[in-house]
Amino acid sequence: MHRVTLTAPDDFDGWRAAARRLVVAGVDPADVLWSLPDESDDLFGAMAGDDDLPPERGSAEFSVPRAFVDLAQSAILHRAPERFSLLYALLCRVRARPGTMEDRADPLLGRIEALAKTVRRDIHKIRAFVRFRAVEDPQGTRFVAWFEPDHHIVRANAGFFARRFATMRWSILTPEISIHWDGDTLQEGPGATRGEAGPDEDPVEGLWRGYYAAIFNPARLKTRAMMSEMPKKYWRNLPEASLIPELVAGAQAREAAMIATAPASPRRANPPPSQAKDSGAAWRALRDAAKDCIRCPLHRDATQMVFGEGPVDAPLMFVGEQPGDQEDLAGRPFVGPAGQLFDDALAQAGIDRSHAYVTNAVKHFKFQWRGKHRLHQGPNAGEIEACRWWLDRERAIVRPRLIVALGASAGRAILGRAVTIARVRGQAITMEDGSQLWVTVHPSYLLRLPDAGRRAEEQTRFVEDLRLVGSML
Amino acid sequence: MVPREHIMNDMVQLSTRQKLEILADAAKYDASCASSGTTKRDSRGGKGVGSTEGMGICHAYAPDGRCISLLKILLTNSCIFDCHYCINRRSSDVRRARFTAAEVVDLTLSFYRRNYIEGLFLSSGIIRSSDYTMEQMVEVARSLREDHDFRGYIHLKTIPDADPELMRLAGLHADRLSINVELPTQAGLRKLAPEKDGGRIESAMGRMRTEMEEGQEARRKYRSAPRFAPAGQSTQMIVGADEADDRAIITRASSLYDRHRLRRVYYSAFSPIPSPSAVLPLKRPPLLREHRLYQSDWMMRFYGYEAQDVAAATDPATGCLPLDIDPKLAWALRHRATFPVDVNRAPREMLLRVPGLGVKAVDRILASRRHRRLRLDDVARLTTSVKKIRPFLIAADWRPVGLAERADLRAMLAPPARQLYLFA
Repeated sequence: MHRVTLTAPDDFDGWRAAARRLVVAGVDPADVLWSLPDESDDLFGAMAGDDDLPPERGSAEFSVPRAFVDLAQSAILHRAPERFSLLYALLCRVRARPGTMEDRADPLLGRIEALAKTVRRDIHKIRAFVRFRAVEDPQGTRFVAWFEPDHHIVRANAGFFARRFATMRWSILTPEISIHWDGDTLQEGPGATRGEAGPDEDPVEGLWRGYYAAIFNPARLKTRAMMSEMPKKYWRNLPEASLIPELVAGAQAREAAMIATAPASPRRANPPPSQAKDSGAAWRALRDAAKDCIRCPLHRDATQMVFGEGPVDAPLMFVGEQPGDQEDLAGRPFVGPAGQLFDDALAQAGIDRSHAYVTNAVKHFKFQWRGKHRLHQGPNAGEIEACRWWLDRERAIVRPRLIVALGASAGRAILGRAVTIARVRGQAITMEDGSQLWVTVHPSYLLRLPDAGRRAEEQTRFVEDLRLVGSML
Repeated sequence: MVPREHIMNDMVQLSTRQKLEILADAAKYDASCASSGTTKRDSRGGKGVGSTEGMGICHAYAPDGRCISLLKILLTNSCIFDCHYCINRRSSDVRRARFTAAEVVDLTLSFYRRNYIEGLFLSSGIIRSSDYTMEQMVEVARSLREDHDFRGYIHLKTIPDADPELMRLAGLHADRLSINVELPTQAGLRKLAPEKDGGRIESAMGRMRTEMEEGQEARRKYRSAPRFAPAGQSTQMIVGADEADDRAIITRASSLYDRHRLRRVYYSAFSPIPSPSAVLPLKRPPLLREHRLYQSDWMMRFYGYEAQDVAAATDPATGCLPLDIDPKLAWALRHRATFPVDVNRAPREMLLRVPGLGVKAVDRILASRRHRRLRLDDVARLTTSVKKIRPFLIAADWRPVGLAERADLRAMLAPPARQLYLFA
C-alpha cells in the first residue's frame, strides 16, 4: 500500500507528480491511498505525512493526451474523495491503451466526465453569481463578495476575476479560502464567514433589484427554467432573488390584467390599476397565481395548492389551518374527516356553508411519511407567515364582515401574532378594516380528544361558538 | 426650439431608479441577451474593467426563465413611430423616460463592477430623427470604450435609416449590431409597422455585412486594422402578431442567414403588453410555437437541415410545426424510409437526423465506435435518453423490428398531453 498526501483539495500538480511515479513503477490503482493533510483521523493515520512513493526513475517522462490533462484538471476540483483514485485508475488505463480517451462509452471515463461536468457547472456559477459590494476604506473603494461554491474551484477561478477586474481592488470570501486582488497581485487567505464579507447593503443593489423586476415579462412565466439554471441554493447570496416569490405570485394576475384591459384608445390618462374591477375575476386571477406559489418549501411535496372556496362576496369567512390528506388530493378545503365534523357543526348551528367563504391559513399540505400513510404535520410560523400573503389578498377581495379563525394557526395568520384560544374565545376582535374576528378551536382538535364524554362536551361548545357567530349575520 | 422629449423629462423629475425601471420594462420584448462569440480580451494593462472569454455568462435568470446577461435598456422609450406591436409606439399610454448617455455609462459600469452583467445591450425609441437617435447611442458606446476603457460586451440596436457613417462608428465600438426585421412578411410589416420599410431594413443589414467582411479582409492584411462588430449581427422576428405561418418564418429566416451572414435570428412570441393596440390579438404569447421555431433554427444551424427540409416537417394544411412533438421527430416520422440508422456504420449526417441524438452525442458515438461495436447500453451512456432513439437505431444487439412502420409510433413518442400552462 502506497500512501500519498496531497497539499490541498485542488492540488493537481501534487497529484500529477505522484501519479507519474506510481504509474511508472506499475503500482496498481487498488494499492494507492490518496489523502489530504487534515484527514488525520482515518485508519492509516499513523502513517500520515510520510509519503511512501516508489523511487523516482530517470525514465519517468511519458506523455498523455491533452484531453486527459484537461479532464483531470477539472475533475480534481470535485469534492468527491474518490476523484484522486479514479483519475489514477484512468491514467493507468490511458497508458496501457492509448485510445482510452476517445472511447466515450467507457464507464470509468463516463464517471470522471460526470465529475468534470459538475465542476465546470460550478465554475460557471461562481463566475455568474458572485455579487460584489462596494466598501470604502482609506485607499478608496474595495469590492467584496461572499460565495459558497460546491467544489474546490475558488483558486482555479481567481485568474478569471483578476483578468476581468484588473483595475479594481476586490476580495472573494468563501468558507474554505479567500482570494484578494490589490490591482497587482493575488493573495490567498483562510476561509471566512458571511459576516466578514462587509456591509449588508450596497446602494447599487436597489437599482439592480429594480432592473431585475422590470426586465421580467410576467406573460412568460417559466419558473422551472429559472430554477434549473438558478437553483434555490444560490438565492441567499443573490440580492435580486428575494424578489422572485413576489414576481411569480403576481405574474398571472398582471398578465390577466393586461389581457383584460380593453385596447386603450391613445392619449388617455394612465390605465386603470391592475386590480380588476369585478372581484370574481380578481379572485380567479389570485387563485391561478397561487397555484404556482413557491413562497415556502411546502409546494414541493404537496399534490396541489388548495385555495379557498365560496361566494366572493360572502359576509362570513372561515379560516382553517391547512389542507389534510384528502383535501390535498381533492383540491378543496374541509372535505376530509375534520371537514365532515365541520359540516355537521355548521348544520347544527344553522349556518349554510354554501353562503360562507371557507379557506385555510396555509394552502399546501404538510406531512411526513409513516409507512404508506401521509401523517399530517402542523405548519410552522414561517410557513404561516409566507402564506399570509394569500390570505390577506383573499380577505381584501371577499371583504367579509365576520371572520372565524378555526384554531391557533388561523388566529396567527389573521392577527400576525400567536394567540391563545382559551383567552380570546367567545369574544369579537375588531380588525383594522372594521371586520370582526372570532377565534375558536379547529374541528380536528375534537377528533383527537380520546375521551368520548369530553369530546361531546367540546363539540357542544364548538357548535355554540358557531351559533353565536351565526346570530351576528 | 426645445425638443419635446426634453420638456417631458423636465416636467416630471424621475429618479434614476424610476427611469431604469421604465426603460428596462420597455426593452424586455427584445429576446437577445447573448454575450458570446466576440474577441477574447481582458482588462489587464488597461485603465478600466471588462473581459470577454468566448463563452457568455448568464448572471441571473428572471422568473420567465430568460437569462440576464446584459444590462438591456432603451435610451428613451419616446418614439415618433407607431408600430402596433410595440409598447413604446407613439400612441401608447406608457410613461416616458429618457437617460442621458452619461447615465447609461454610469449604470453599466456600476453594474459591471459588481459582477451583475457582461455588458450593455442598448436600444432606443426614435426621437427627432434616426440620425440624432443613433448619434446618442454611439456616444454611449464611444464613452464606455474611450473614456472608461471598458472591455466588456456591447450590443447596439442600430437604426436602419441612420447615416452609414454612424453605423460604421457603431461597429467600431460595439461587439454586436442588430436590426430587427420585426415581422416575417412584408404584408405584416405594412399592416403593423406602417413607418418601417422592409427594403431599407434589409439594405442596412447588407451594408453591415459588407462592413464586417471588409473589416475582416483589412485585418488579414494589417494586424492593426480596427475590428468591426466582431460578434456579428443578429435580428429578431415577432411570432404570432400577424398571419405568417411557420413555413414562411423558416424560409425568411433561412434567406436572412444566407444573404446577410447573420449569427442569429431571434424569435419573440408576441406577448400582451400594457396599453395594447386594438389591431393585435390579446392572448397568451405562443411560447410553445416560439420554442419549436428555435428548435428548427437549431436544426438548420447545427444539424445540416436545409430550410426546405424543415419546411417538410410542417403540417401541410396549416403550414405550422406540430406543437406536441419537436420538429426533428416530426421530420423523421415523415421520412420513415430513411430509418433505422446503423449506429456503428452510419455517417455523421445520418446520425444527426436521428431524433434524440444531439451534436455532442453524435460526436461521442463517432469517437467511441472506433474502439468498440456499440450496443444499446453503450449508446445509452452517451445520450440522455435511449428510449426515444431506439425505434430509429440499429445497434450491435438491437434492431427495431417493425417499429418504424408502426402507425402509432407518433403517439408512442409524443410526450403525454398536458396543459399548455405548464410549459409557460
